[in-house]
Amino acid sequence: MAHGPAKGISRWLFTTNHKDIGTMYLWFSFAMFILGGAFAMIIRAELFQPGMQLVEPAFFNQMTTLHGLVMVFGAIMPSFVGLANWLIPMMIGAPDMALPRMNNWSFWILPPAFLLLASTLFMEGGAPAFGWTFYAPLSTTYAAPSVTFFIFAIHILGLSSIMGSINIIATVMNMRAPGMTYMKMPLFVWTWLITAFLLVAVMPVLAGAVTMMLMDVHFGTSFFSAAGGGDPVLFQHIFWFFGHPEVYIIILPAFGVVSQIIPAFSRKPLFGYDSMVYATAAIAFLSFIVWAHHMYTVGMPVAGELFFMYATMLIAVPTGVKVFNWITTMWRGALSFETPMLFCIGFLVLFTIGGFTGLMLSIAPADFQYHDSYFVVAHFHYVMVAGAVFSMTAAVYYWLPKWTGKMYNETMGKTHFWISFIGFNVTFFPQHFVGLAGMPRRIPDYALQFADFNMMSSVGAFIYGASQILFLYNVIATIVAGKPVSDDKVWDGAEGLEWTVATPAPYHTFETPPTLDPAHAHS
Amino acid sequence: MLGSLSSTLGLMRKKGAWATGAVLTTAASIAQAAGDAAERSSVNMPVGVTDVGSSIYSLHMLIFWICVVIGVGVFGVMFYSIYYHRKSRGVVPAQFHESTKVEIAWTVVPFLILIGMAVPATSTLLEIYDFEDAEMDILVTGYQWKWKYEYLQEDGENVSFFSNLATSQSEIYNSADKNDNYLLEVDEPIVIPVNTKVRFLVTANDVIHAFWVPELAVKKDAIPGFINETWTLAKEEGIYRGQCAELCGKDHGFMPIVVKVVSEAEYAEWLADKQADAAQIRELMAQTFTMDELMARGKDVYQKNCLACHGAGGEGGVGTAIAGSAIVQGEVGGHLEVGVNGVPGSAMQAFGGILNDVDLAAVITYQRNAFGNNMGDMVQPIDVFNYKKG
Amino acid sequence: MLRLSANPAVDTATKLVVVAVAMFAFVFVVMVPLYNVLCDALGINGKTSGQAYTAVQAGVDENREVTIQFVATNNAGMPWEFRPEKTMMTVNPGASNDTVFLARNPLPQAMVAQAIPSVSPSRAAEYFHKTECFCFNQQPLDGRSSAEMPLQFIIDRELPKDISTITLSYTLFDVTEMAQGAVAAR
Repeated sequence: MAHGPAKGISRWLFTTNHKDIGTMYLWFSFAMFILGGAFAMIIRAELFQPGMQLVEPAFFNQMTTLHGLVMVFGAIMPSFVGLANWLIPMMIGAPDMALPRMNNWSFWILPPAFLLLASTLFMEGGAPAFGWTFYAPLSTTYAAPSVTFFIFAIHILGLSSIMGSINIIATVMNMRAPGMTYMKMPLFVWTWLITAFLLVAVMPVLAGAVTMMLMDVHFGTSFFSAAGGGDPVLFQHIFWFFGHPEVYIIILPAFGVVSQIIPAFSRKPLFGYDSMVYATAAIAFLSFIVWAHHMYTVGMPVAGELFFMYATMLIAVPTGVKVFNWITTMWRGALSFETPMLFCIGFLVLFTIGGFTGLMLSIAPADFQYHDSYFVVAHFHYVMVAGAVFSMTAAVYYWLPKWTGKMYNETMGKTHFWISFIGFNVTFFPQHFVGLAGMPRRIPDYALQFADFNMMSSVGAFIYGASQILFLYNVIATIVAGKPVSDDKVWDGAEGLEWTVATPAPYHTFETPPTLDPAHAHS
Repeated sequence: MLGSLSSTLGLMRKKGAWATGAVLTTAASIAQAAGDAAERSSVNMPVGVTDVGSSIYSLHMLIFWICVVIGVGVFGVMFYSIYYHRKSRGVVPAQFHESTKVEIAWTVVPFLILIGMAVPATSTLLEIYDFEDAEMDILVTGYQWKWKYEYLQEDGENVSFFSNLATSQSEIYNSADKNDNYLLEVDEPIVIPVNTKVRFLVTANDVIHAFWVPELAVKKDAIPGFINETWTLAKEEGIYRGQCAELCGKDHGFMPIVVKVVSEAEYAEWLADKQADAAQIRELMAQTFTMDELMARGKDVYQKNCLACHGAGGEGGVGTAIAGSAIVQGEVGGHLEVGVNGVPGSAMQAFGGILNDVDLAAVITYQRNAFGNNMGDMVQPIDVFNYKKG
Repeated sequence: MLRLSANPAVDTATKLVVVAVAMFAFVFVVMVPLYNVLCDALGINGKTSGQAYTAVQAGVDENREVTIQFVATNNAGMPWEFRPEKTMMTVNPGASNDTVFLARNPLPQAMVAQAIPSVSPSRAAEYFHKTECFCFNQQPLDGRSSAEMPLQFIIDRELPKDISTITLSYTLFDVTEMAQGAVAAR
């Protein structure tokens, strides 16, 4: 190596190395995952039994709000950005990200943003308590003073996401090794490229929405207040114009991860690579024309309801193609079930169930019963947790040996999977039932007929939460004292340029572009 | 996971909606756990008592079963592969990675299935959107955190009242046993006649709320400044309970909706009573009462509205003590302030929007002269009226 | 293709910054006005036009009667008494109709109110033409005084045949503070 990392704290503060920045993103997002998880534990503890036991309703609302915000913007999104930082340059044969200094900035503005957000908990009037969807006027006229800090936090992390995405697009478009054409890129790179375009398109829309809130709160405008000629429903349209693509921003990189790992442990190329790319693009396109399915009950004209219902139902087609492709990839492969594969299979089963409930929710007339009930909560946790978080966990186990040069404890990994899988289902499966039976979401206390399933749900949540400690322990134990791995190709079925560099991955890789092996067109 | 799916499947059968097949033991145990909470299903959407509700229910079940069939197929193939295509069985992996025919098939077939779903979905949606020919109209207004119902009358003498959570603080804070309708009970339900198309005009006073009664297949957002509409036509008498469905602040979970569907005759009687009550209150508002009258009425009001939190002897509980309270023994204005506007951030509600001026005057007078608070002064309805108007 | 920098990565990034800024602007200059246009055209939220209707209807349709319901609501913190003089009217499409809403300011100080109209069913909104309405402007009222606020409207002859009842709701907002600034009224 020509030169290694700087020493001490300045290595991390001033680093422009994609691997260092990726590492920081991953640890930061895990810290946020634990914080958001702690909020979830408070929620589930309060909901363990009917009646108010631990917290007051106002604080409960702050918990649901912060749980959502921290998990979406602090845990899931940064974790995939971290993964992109680590892997995209290695996967396309680039020495680093295209804009390394901006890369440093896009990470380092994140922690202050979340400090700002967390500090609202200690402010007069408490933290934001209007849900992660922050519908006006609850989030404007009726919000605690901390809303201003919330708005700034959203601005900063929006900026961070936009900078991160610009960097990813610039890297993928300009830094590919000779011969790495677009249709030879690993699917993870493809899904991230499309995600990054979505981010550049919709994060500014979110910024616009919160800017309007700021103006309504402090400068006397009436974007979202009927009194001055505005409309609270306009907020929902703008929010979900951002919010629906945001859902795919979260899940598309997860699709990418699964598309890398399933072929590796099936020892068989990914089935339907081209159709995977097209399906991803189709999902991204559709995400812009379905936002109002979150708003079936606001009183839209019937023609609007029908349009958004049909468009939403259509998403089932490309999503179905993806699931069929993954399963066909496994078909007649030679499967083995190491921890990453287990998490991918868990993803496949649970995400598909989340997809089914998504299809049910797309049906506008039925949504009049499902809307804002626990059925929705169950649905999006199947997609977000079993979708995004499971695949992220799979990714960590899969690439950890390459990153650290050490092998994690397989038994502990498998145990982590099974406890997670059981805990997750015990938590969220019963929520379908209480939702259908009429339990609204975001309530701190509930009627007696919901008691049994809520207790079950809370027990599951504690199990799922506890299983993450095992995960943390396993990762730290691997880094500190894992069994060294020396093969470049840690997994016998793994494909892709990242497996051609030394293990652990050196600080600088592909300073001279690799020569592509034409036999392996893509992985 | 398949186990979970099939246990749902078993549950549906047990509910009698679907007739064939064996009930899994897991399903049976869940059903038993669920069975003790009244007749309302704890595992599935209620069919409800309206035609729209049954259309939605059938649609829901249709799509559920389509998903189950697809799920069994997809997961079946996957688990077959997981079992038979294991590396540990020594299989040699195939290397195929595309098939245009197969890929076209699994794009086109789901598309056709979706069309099959869209047809009944569209017709049900159009049914929901048919607002015409309603026989009566009720204006529903969401407040933080209660509902106001106003029956629009042709003669302009609208009947209107607030509907508050009736569950006591002691039940919520676990110092008393919870009753069967915990959190789903109100002081005054909406009363509507059976077999009558009722239109709800839904709006809000402050933030967005949502009016949801599952068994009447009604859910509509209540948006401040704008009016939305929805309707129901209940075919069975009974009491149907729902809740606010849109996060509206601190007590979002504590503003239930109770709809009492009664016979036409019973409804007419109820309406006449309400109109008579309203006329009586209007009359009383102009009157001046004696101390004894205020104390007697005040005691009643206290027992219904205050006792739960402030105790039978004014000794306090969830709420602060009334006996010897600085507010009660202070200026009348300060006492009115708390009574009318409540104490933000506490369980003390703003009774100005809940009690009429006569009851408010009476209960404040009562508090000032009971439990050893011998203030000796009186509050008349006109004082409350003037206080509210600033 | 236009190149903004010799460094291809900087070139790509610069273009993307332009896209991001454009999307931010898009919210303000496209989404908000577009939403308002769509609301007026489709009657989303039952919004009616904020301008007086000036076109002439082709005579009165004597063969058809439509029931108009009037509803008045106060928004939070609005202490005025506010109600329609008549809660119901039966009108013929094409005919001009008059009614008033009664308002009283019970407080000692002067206040300014803004009434926001909303029509239900919302698809009737585009057929509900107001030739004169107190909702077109903010309404000031001195302390402890009353006013009759006039409304003149025509129901379009093209009103879909299946609509027989229209509800017009006004929500009254306190805009006293806002009235000090210049705010577009509807």
